[in-house]
Amino acid sequence: MNTPVEQFREDATRVAADEQHRRLIQGALGKYYVARDRQVGRFQDWQSARQAAAETKWEAVNHLDQHLVSFAEKLEARGGKVFWANNSAEARDYILKICREKKARCIVKSKAMTAEEIHLNAALEKDGYEVVESDLGEYIVQLRKEAPYHFVFPAMHLSRGDIRELFDREIGNVKSDNPEDLTMVARRVLRKKYCEADIGISGANFAIAETGMISITENEGNARLTTSLPRVHIAVMGIEKVLPRLEDLALFLPMLGTAGAGQAITCYNSMIGGPRQPGECDGPEEFHVVLLDNHRTRLLADPEQRDALHCIRCGACLNVCPIFKNIGGHSYGTTYQGPIGSVITPHFRGLQDWKHLSNASSLCGACTSACPVKIDIHHHLLHNRRNAATQKPRWWEKLAYKIAAGVLNWPEFYAFATAVGRVMQKFHPLVKGSVLDPARAWTKTRELPQVAPQSFRDYWRARERKP
Amino acid sequence: MSAKNEILGRIREALREPAPVPGHHGDHGKAQLHASAEFSQWLPAVGEDLASQLDLFAKNSADLKTEFHLLASREEFAPRLRELAQQNNWKRVATHSGALTDMAVPAIGLPTLKTDAGYEVNAMEQCDAGITECDALVAQTGSILITSRSAGGRALSVLPPHHVVLVTRAQMVPDLAAAYVVVREKHGDKFPSFISFITGPSRTGDIERILVLGAHGPKRLTVFCC
Ligand code: SF4
Repeated sequence: MNTPVEQFREDATRVAADEQHRRLIQGALGKYYVARDRQVGRFQDWQSARQAAAETKWEAVNHLDQHLVSFAEKLEARGGKVFWANNSAEARDYILKICREKKARCIVKSKAMTAEEIHLNAALEKDGYEVVESDLGEYIVQLRKEAPYHFVFPAMHLSRGDIRELFDREIGNVKSDNPEDLTMVARRVLRKKYCEADIGISGANFAIAETGMISITENEGNARLTTSLPRVHIAVMGIEKVLPRLEDLALFLPMLGTAGAGQAITCYNSMIGGPRQPGECDGPEEFHVVLLDNHRTRLLADPEQRDALHCIRCGACLNVCPIFKNIGGHSYGTTYQGPIGSVITPHFRGLQDWKHLSNASSLCGACTSACPVKIDIHHHLLHNRRNAATQKPRWWEKLAYKIAAGVLNWPEFYAFATAVGRVMQKFHPLVKGSVLDPARAWTKTRELPQVAPQSFRDYWRARERKP
Repeated sequence: MSAKNEILGRIREALREPAPVPGHHGDHGKAQLHASAEFSQWLPAVGEDLASQLDLFAKNSADLKTEFHLLASREEFAPRLRELAQQNNWKRVATHSGALTDMAVPAIGLPTLKTDAGYEVNAMEQCDAGITECDALVAQTGSILITSRSAGGRALSVLPPHHVVLVTRAQMVPDLAAAYVVVREKHGDKFPSFISFITGPSRTGDIERILVLGAHGPKRLTVFCC
């Protein structure tokens, strides 16, 4: 089996050369940029809103214990059940236990990245439950037996033709590739499932410490149906999702909609505080919230990178990232793709195995300036690089830097080396790209920069000599 | 030790060392929780008087493909609903009891499912429209605030293919922060189990980012405001 870095190299190389992929992604993101810029332009002061959101998240994450305790108490007082899970196995076992107790047959799910993180579907299916993803994009990738491509736009890498073929094969008799017709095909299939399902599983975008509610952001209405019709609702969320006050959503909902999809606010933003209450006519009898740690406390323990837990999973940093656009979401091989995924995955799954993601960056900082909660994403990529090198230094890297330092500190030798380089470079075309080429890794796809015909030092000296 | 204590223990241990506040480039700035009254200076602008808020709501509705109709008086609810029912050839509708719905819905003269005392999901699924009241209209975003108490439960406003909202001008609020005030004033801390902002008909862009309405929820959203 390939190691993560080998797999990454292989996939990234393949996708970067795939022109159909490039066309689809550029097309989809082109629309996103227009919509986002329009919405950001409607804000009176987007930058101050970002700062306020960042400070609110700082408060939430830096007093996480208090906020979580309050959230759990409030929710339990209203009949909700809160389960604290140290890791994925505990979370999965708890959910399986509920499914067994309720003798569930059919389970509908609305989008939950935490469920991907704990590989919930595989566990449920192994025990014989039918699990249906209800978000259109998630449904499509589920039918393809694929992971989501992007944590906000899961099926962004597929064309309407791909989806028509898929539906025709898996559902049957789908002839039109019009997006509207395709959406209606999925609507019909999934409608039946909502009415049959015993258990609805969702994620949560926010949790409110003050009131014990979770808040779910969506566009399709699938999360609303998932949390309204089945007898039992289980929400799986990371412990970092909590916000102090209900009113904080008045800032976060518009910011999430704007940064995530270029919408003033998404179509449905629902706050759920408990199972059906006395006097209410519908809603589940039971409401469970699974609070998932799964190494988040490891990230919390690093004050330098703690703000990576402020992330509201809007996906803006992916959408602007030149690396993401070239290599695509699947190449990362992680639950959370893109720049933020590269920052947090090493904390969740091991720095040495996942440090290559932090190297795969141009450090352009587009992610940082797109982030609605001002996470210093590209500096965190640097922090990961530094931490990886400190933890496990490589002798040849150290040696290379020592030699470089020696050369750079010795002007005469530096001048000599440059002169040699100037001469040698003339012969480079003879070996360029072949096994003999020392710069082959670079010259395979790029041109080597030329050594300047005259060094600055020489130029300066020549200039001084002139009257 | 329970998982709860283990997790809280790890959190407290982790938080012993403070973290810098974002946006201050490493120097220790101070974080503060901003009062929600402050948000309105950053978020999209909203006029102060009702007329401009109605205008803004209408403009947002047009963008969102919400069908927003301003009526002269409550007496118009019934005839407008009847007209809508005829145009769309509705066979049965679902609703809940309320001051506005009670006044208008019987006038359509169609078989009506009422959710107040519980209902059959499949029966509701067969209805052509769900007619509800709401708690507030939000001018800034073009949203409709509902709760499981004001809008006949959780599913009535999302399961039928056409959602119709009956509302009065007095229910207009400028922004989301003001909408939360409405919920608090009505319910104190006995919140309904379900509160939602509905902003346009259900939609998706999951296929090539092309907008399609009616993904899982209603394809159409009509607001009658008197
Ligand atoms: S890191 Fe920032 S931009 Fe990226 S997904 Fe998280 S909140 Fe959005």
